[in-house]
Formats: sequence, C-alpha cells, structure tokens
Amino acid sequence: MSDHVVVLIPLPLLVGGLVVALAGSFRRGLAYPLFLLALLSSTAASFAGLAKVLREGTIRYALGGWAPPIGIEYVLDPLSAFLAVVVTGVALLVGIYAKASTDHELPGRDVSFYGVASLLLAGLLGIVVTGDLFNLYVFLEISSLTAYALLASGDRHAPLASFRYVLMGTLSASLYLLGIGILYAQTGTLNMADMASRMDAVMALRSVRVAAVLIVTGIGIKMALFPLHLWLPDAYTHAASAVTGLIAPLMTKVMAYSLIRILFFVLGPAFVRDDLRLTPWIAWCSAAGILFGSVLAIAQRDLKRMLAYSSVSQVAYIGLGIGLASPLGFIGAALHVLNHALMKSTLFLVAGNIRYRFGPVPIPSFAGLGRKMPLTMAAFAVAAVSMVGLPPTAGFFSKWYLVLAGAEQKQWIFVAVILLSSLLNAVYFFRVLETSYLAKPVSAGPVPAFIGGGVDDGDDDGDPRPWREAPPGMLVPTLALGLGILIAGLANAAVVDGVLRRAVPPGF
Amino acid sequence: MPAACVLVSLAAAALILLSRRSPRLRETWTLLAAFVKFGLVASLAHNVIQGKVVECRILSIASGLDLKLRADGLGIVFALVASSLWILTSFYSIGYIRGAGEKRATRYFASFAVCLSATMGIAFSANVLTFVLFYEMLTLATYPLVVHKQTPEAISAGRKYLVYTLSAGLCLFAATGWTYLSAGTLEFTAGGFLHEAFRNGAFGRGGILVLFALFMAGAGVKAGLMPLHSWLPSAMVAPTPVSALLHAVAVVKAGVFAAARFVGFVFGPDLLREIGAWQILAWVSVVTIVVASLIAMAQDNLKRRLAYSTIGHLAYIVLGAALLTPSSWTGSVLHLVNHATMKITLFFCAGAVYVTAHKEKISELNGIGRRMPVTMVAFAAASVGLAGIPPVNGFASKWYLAAGTLEAHRGFFLAMLLLSGLLNAAYLFPIVHAAFFKRSDEHTRVEEASLLMLIPLCLTALVSVALGIWPNLAFGFLGLAKGIAASVVGGGP
Repeated sequence: MSDHVVVLIPLPLLVGGLVVALAGSFRRGLAYPLFLLALLSSTAASFAGLAKVLREGTIRYALGGWAPPIGIEYVLDPLSAFLAVVVTGVALLVGIYAKASTDHELPGRDVSFYGVASLLLAGLLGIVVTGDLFNLYVFLEISSLTAYALLASGDRHAPLASFRYVLMGTLSASLYLLGIGILYAQTGTLNMADMASRMDAVMALRSVRVAAVLIVTGIGIKMALFPLHLWLPDAYTHAASAVTGLIAPLMTKVMAYSLIRILFFVLGPAFVRDDLRLTPWIAWCSAAGILFGSVLAIAQRDLKRMLAYSSVSQVAYIGLGIGLASPLGFIGAALHVLNHALMKSTLFLVAGNIRYRFGPVPIPSFAGLGRKMPLTMAAFAVAAVSMVGLPPTAGFFSKWYLVLAGAEQKQWIFVAVILLSSLLNAVYFFRVLETSYLAKPVSAGPVPAFIGGGVDDGDDDGDPRPWREAPPGMLVPTLALGLGILIAGLANAAVVDGVLRRAVPPGF
Repeated sequence: MPAACVLVSLAAAALILLSRRSPRLRETWTLLAAFVKFGLVASLAHNVIQGKVVECRILSIASGLDLKLRADGLGIVFALVASSLWILTSFYSIGYIRGAGEKRATRYFASFAVCLSATMGIAFSANVLTFVLFYEMLTLATYPLVVHKQTPEAISAGRKYLVYTLSAGLCLFAATGWTYLSAGTLEFTAGGFLHEAFRNGAFGRGGILVLFALFMAGAGVKAGLMPLHSWLPSAMVAPTPVSALLHAVAVVKAGVFAAARFVGFVFGPDLLREIGAWQILAWVSVVTIVVASLIAMAQDNLKRRLAYSTIGHLAYIVLGAALLTPSSWTGSVLHLVNHATMKITLFFCAGAVYVTAHKEKISELNGIGRRMPVTMVAFAAASVGLAGIPPVNGFASKWYLAAGTLEAHRGFFLAMLLLSGLLNAAYLFPIVHAAFFKRSDEHTRVEEASLLMLIPLCLTALVSVALGIWPNLAFGFLGLAKGIAASVVGGGP
C-alpha cells in the first residue's frame, strides 16, 4: 500500500460522519452499518499503517501534494501509528457495542449518535496523524464540539455537565490557539518538524516560554490533568453508556499523546525539561492527581462516577510518565495509554451492561451481580485487577515501567505515590467485587436490593441460575476488551520492544 | 517441564469451572491434576538429584526480562512438598466438603487449583520478576478461599488478608524494580548477585538495608513474621483444608521460601554478613518464635492455636536461613518439609474433629480421643514432632537448626530454640491429654471421620514419623538440603 494509508486513517470517518447523517435521515437502518463500515476502514488503515511504519520507517505525507511547510503534512511514525491502532481498535469494539446500548438508552437518536461519533473519532485520529500545529487545532475543535454534543445526550444532568465542559474546553482551545499563535509569530512555521528545528534559536525568548506554558495548560485541561480535571467527573457520570465508552478511554489518551508530541517532538526535551523545567511541574501535578483521583474514587457510590475519578488518577499516571521525561517514563506513559484505554473501555462497558439490565444502581446494591452477570463481572474483575496493577494483567506492566522510571531518577516520592495508589485502587475496586460476589442482598434498609432477589444460596450444583447477561452485541465487545487487557499484559514486551522503543523522542 | 507443572493445575481450574454442574467430574479433574502434577514434579526431582538443572524460557515478560522457570534444589523441595500434599489434600477436601456440606464447591476447587499453579510457579521461578508474578497470583487465588464462607467474619478476614498481602506485594514490587535498575539482572543465583552491585557503589549502606527491608517485608507478610503476621490467624475462618494446605503449606511456605530465596539467592551470605542484616532478620525470627508460642498457649480455638504455632515454626525456617551457616540452611530446608507434614496432619485432625463433632474449641475436646482414636493418635504424633522430640521428623530439622546456631556462635538463639520446644509441648500436649484422659459425656455419638479424611491424615502422620527415622527416605530430602546449603553458603562459615 502506498503512503496514502496515512490519510486513509482519519478520512473514512470524516466522510462517514456526513454520509451516516445523510443516509440515516433517509433510512434509519443504514446509519449503523455505514458507521461500522467507516470505522472498520479506519481500523484496517491504522493496522496497515502500523505494519508499514514498522517495516519501512516513518511516513511523511503531504496533503494534496502541497509540500510542507506551506502545505499540511501528515506524519505516521511509530508513536502516531501506535496511537491510531489503539484508538481505532478500542473504538471498533465500542462501536459494535454501541448498537444495543444506544437503542436502549438513546432511542430515536441513534442516527445523530453515529454521525457525531464518526466525526469525533475522525477528529481524534486527525490529531494523531497530523504533523501541523494548526491542523491539530482544527481536529481538536472537531473532536471537542462533537464530544460536547455526545456528552450532553445522557440523563437529566448531562446537558449541564456538558456545558461546564464547553466552558473549560473553550478555554483550553483558546489557550492552545494563543500558544501556537505566538510560536508561529516567532518561528514563522506551523509544521511540527520544521518548528522543532527552529526551537533552539527562539527558546530563550520570553514569549516562547509563555507560549509553551499556554499550550501545556490548554492540553492539560482537555487531558484532565490534575488540577485541571474539574469538567471530567460530571461529564462522564451523566452521559450515555456508549458515549462514555467512547470518550473516556480515548479522548484523554489522545490529548496525552498530543502533549507528548508537542513537549518532546516540537518544543524538545532540551527546552521543556532542562531549560524551562516544565516537566517536573507536570510530574508533581500528576503525582497529586494520582492520589486525589484515587481518594475521591473511594468516596463514590455510583459506579460511573467512581470510574470517572479513577480516570483522573489514571490519566495522571500518564502525566507522571511524561513528567519524568526519560525513555523509561515515556515508555511507561505510552504503554499506559494503551493499557488504560483497554481497562477504562472495559470498565465503562461493564457499567453500561449493568445499566442495561438493572438501570442506574448504586454500588451498594450490586449484591448478587456476580451470579446474574457472571461474564460481565468476570471482565470487570480482570479490569479491576489490572487497575490495581497485579500481574499478569496489563496494568502491572505500565506500573513496572513507571516505577523503574521513578527509581532511575531517584524520585522516591513518585515511586511511593504509584505504589500507594495501587493500594487505593485496590480499596475501591475490591469493594465493588466484594459487593457483587460476596454480599448477601438485603431487602430492607436504605439500599434497594433489586439486583439480588434471593441470589446466593451458595448452591452451584443444581439447575442453572437465571442469568441476566447483557445481549451478545454488548457482551462480546466487553469480553473482547477484557481479554485484550490480559493479552496486552502478556505481550507488553513485544509492544515495548517492537514499537515504543522505536518511538522514544530524540534528545532523551 | 517446569512449565507443565504450572499449567496442569491451571488447566484443571478451567475444566473445573466448566464442569460446575457435576461434582463427580469436578473431583475427578482435581485428583487427576494432582496426580499428574506430582508425577511431573517427581520426574523433575529425579533430574535435580542427578545434578541436572532444568530450565525453560516461556516468553519475554517485560522489556529485557524473561518469564523463566528453573527447577533447582530449593525449588524442587518446595514443589515436591506442595504437590505431594496436594494429592492428600484433594482427597481430604472432597471428604470435608461432603462432610461439612460446604457450598460453592466449584469456586473452591478451581481456586485451589490456581493456588497450586502459583505455588509451582513460585518454586520454579528463575528470576525475581517471574517470582513476583506468581507470588501475586497466589495472593489473588487465595482470596476466594479465605472468604469462602461469605460470612461477615470471613469477608473482613479477606479484607485484612488483601491489605497485608497486597502491601507486601508492593514492597516486593518496588524492591524488584530497584534491584533491576541497580544490578541490571534479576536472575536468582546461589550465593546472591547483589554483592557486586554493592561493591560497585550502586547502593549506599543505608540503601541496601532499605532494599533488604523491602524484600523481607514482601516475604515476611506471607511468612507470618511478626509484626506482619496478624492476617494469618484471621484467615483461619477459611475451610480447614484451606488452612491445612495453604496456611500451613503453600502460602506461608511461599513466604519462607521467598525469604530463603532472597537471603540466599539475591543478597547472598557475603553481602548480608558485610552489612550485618542477617542479625536483624535472625532477631526478628527469634522474637517471633517465642512470642508466637506464648500467644498460641492462650488460644482456645484449635485452629487459631495451630495458626500461631505455624507462625512460630515458620520463623524457625527464616532463622535458619538468616544464620547463613551450612547446618542452619540444612535445618531450614528440612524444616520446610517437616513442618509441612506435621502441621498438615494437625490441621487435618482439626478438620476431622470439626466435621464429625462440630467442635472448634480446645476446651470442648475432652475425651474425644476415645471416640476418634486414630485421628487423635495422629494428632499426638505430629505434636511430638513439633516439640522436636524423636523419632518424629521435627527432631531432625531442629537438630540441624540447633547446630546452626552454634556454628554462628549464637548460644542465646539456641536457648530460645530449646525454650520454644518446651512451649510447643506446653500448648500441644494438653490437647492430647484432654482428648485421651479427660472424661466427658458429650461425644457419645461421635465417631471417626470418613475414610476420605482419615486416610490422608494417617498418611501424613506416618510420613512425619518415617522422615524422622529415615530423613533420606523417598527423595532424599536430607541430601537435597545439604546440597542446597552447600551451594548457598559454601562449605563452612
């Protein structure tokens, strides 16, 4: 396949967004197949792109034949190819899941869901493959606007939560735009590679320093990097299941990617780490965020809200890896992008499955769930174990590289934070597991126990219990992602040695 | 082949889960896996005795590190103990589950099989990361067994268990990462591999002591070293076969095994003598031995008393490892075996009494020896052994441990070891005395437990006695132990 593979990653979804909406308004039934088709094409292109990059090295693609720095350049290097595969892979499974879930939770709004979701994914993939800072802004806005729309389509509180996100997101985009405006004024280019080569000359300028801080802050908001995470918990809690399943694992990860891209590939480690000393700030904020997110997750009664706070903490793991600004830290961060995308999507899909059958139940009412939905809860258990970071699941290994990175720089506080956070994660995840598998349903009291219904008499020898699993269209993607967590764990060495080591930014 | 040992019971766990509807099939899988596993371990042992070390690389588990298994002397001893006792425990479990009418047998047998897989993995791990992997797997797989009864008491014991073991796992995890960064390798080597890194200045003196503390905290929680022991008595709410195999053999032995591995194969005797860390560990062990024995005397719940006795005896093994002399290591390895056979006998007896007479308290056992003579004779034999009296095998290991304290010139430790023998007698013999010589009308309708339970406990008692008389019986444990001691600490101090 030729170099066009680069542009084929975002394009099907970008076109798909329009086609889905148009075709869907004629015939409802067309929307979902077209959405899947677009997603499938993008996924195929991503995998082909990764294979090609690993075989032949970085691909630079001048959009429309306009040579950079005048034209827009798309770049597929090991890092962006890796991210594209993560995004499309997870999105494909969530996309399959979305059918049954949206039919249930967003009846009558499925066409707009598929259309907007296509555009969202196109935006995210565009951010991943673009080699141009302003083009990145365009895709950032595409993904943000679509995300606002999607997040608003949930329960009663969703529009308000989404509105808060609009405010924060707009601020974020403006800061970013302001930052690249300054950089453009000083360097005269918007092409990432081009700008990187001119950074040495301008990095002493005060305005460039301000620009760097503005950009990092802007991206930090969208990435929900503590303490800029305030929009996230409400937005994730109130949105529809398929929406959180799509946005929670992917959006913050892609923003983490663009942070890595801009910090280390455009501004350069020599500037942000050694001169401006911006990365230690990121590391310290992340360390605080890891603990903050975990502690608040413990306090939640609602599963999705708990997962949202857990996201704040997990994104901060990535932030910590970025902040350590070393090869090991980079590997830990990038690996955690993959691992957390898998874990969080599994967890949110599980939450969706539970909601599908039992409505929005609080965690204390999960008693008996282990027997009603054994497969869904098995996927949850795998993801939970991975979040705690126990082998052989994926979470253990991202923790491993992050701890190595911390210990390498003798940053014992960061090592301690990672370990402590594992314990905190154990507290809130094992609590859910304990309730679903071990607790006896109580019929009276403040907690409605309508999942249970005379559940656990401990007899597993007799006739089969009435399972109430989610429909196959939701169950299979959930299980596939759960399995993915195990595979990502066992194959982490292949990912790290095969892809990530080749993606380590120059100058580390 | 070491990989097959691990996989056999994992496969069995899957099969057990699939045959949830049929108890017979489930039990068949358990027994089949137990026998196959023992066969594999025994044939590996044959290789090891002939001096061959079997190694296998499975996959690259993290960048630059392999998931690697190796059957060496120390590993094979542990694997032999766990796999042979698993066979007996399987029969016993089947009898117990039927007799006590325990529910959720599928989860029980499946978790048990996974535990055994993890134990084999621990025994055969060739490097620290592989070890950590299986160590954590053991933690997770044991949790369902601890909470098996799902009573509030069991659930809170489960929480306590998780808090302790997960924290230990994290200490170990940090220690592993640090070691890897500083030494560049994690491969277990007889005599240790950290000495060179220390010489090269990769650690300060304080640093290496902290590292040692992290490793020992990781091992010490599972090994029940005081003050990290308190999960163990709580975990006694689990069904008795779990207490027997896991809390007397597999899990806690994984802890002492870890301690021995880290002392002998990571730090090594030269380094530990140089930094003086062995004394700290030895003192902690000695205190644990004495205090645990004293607490044991105050317990009225039979299983809790046995749990404290376990804590004491585990500390014997750690003490032996810490003393770093040939005899102490020999004694340590022997006690790993001997304590297993004796303690499992005691737990089997306790379970038999619970299933037939529904008694858990020692004060309720008056006269039970008349109704269950075989069970209580086995109990008596194992008690004699734990007190270190010949001809039961406890004597042999204690003899070597005692010799070890003298080789290390620590007369005080010897005194404590002897005192502990007395204390053992003081908390175990009254039970035997009450069972046979006190009268009570309570147990008139009690008789021996089913043969499925009775035969295993007789066998373990017989093995204990036999190993006492011929320590080189079967696999030549004494020879193996001496070989391990020589490889770790060399010919003489």
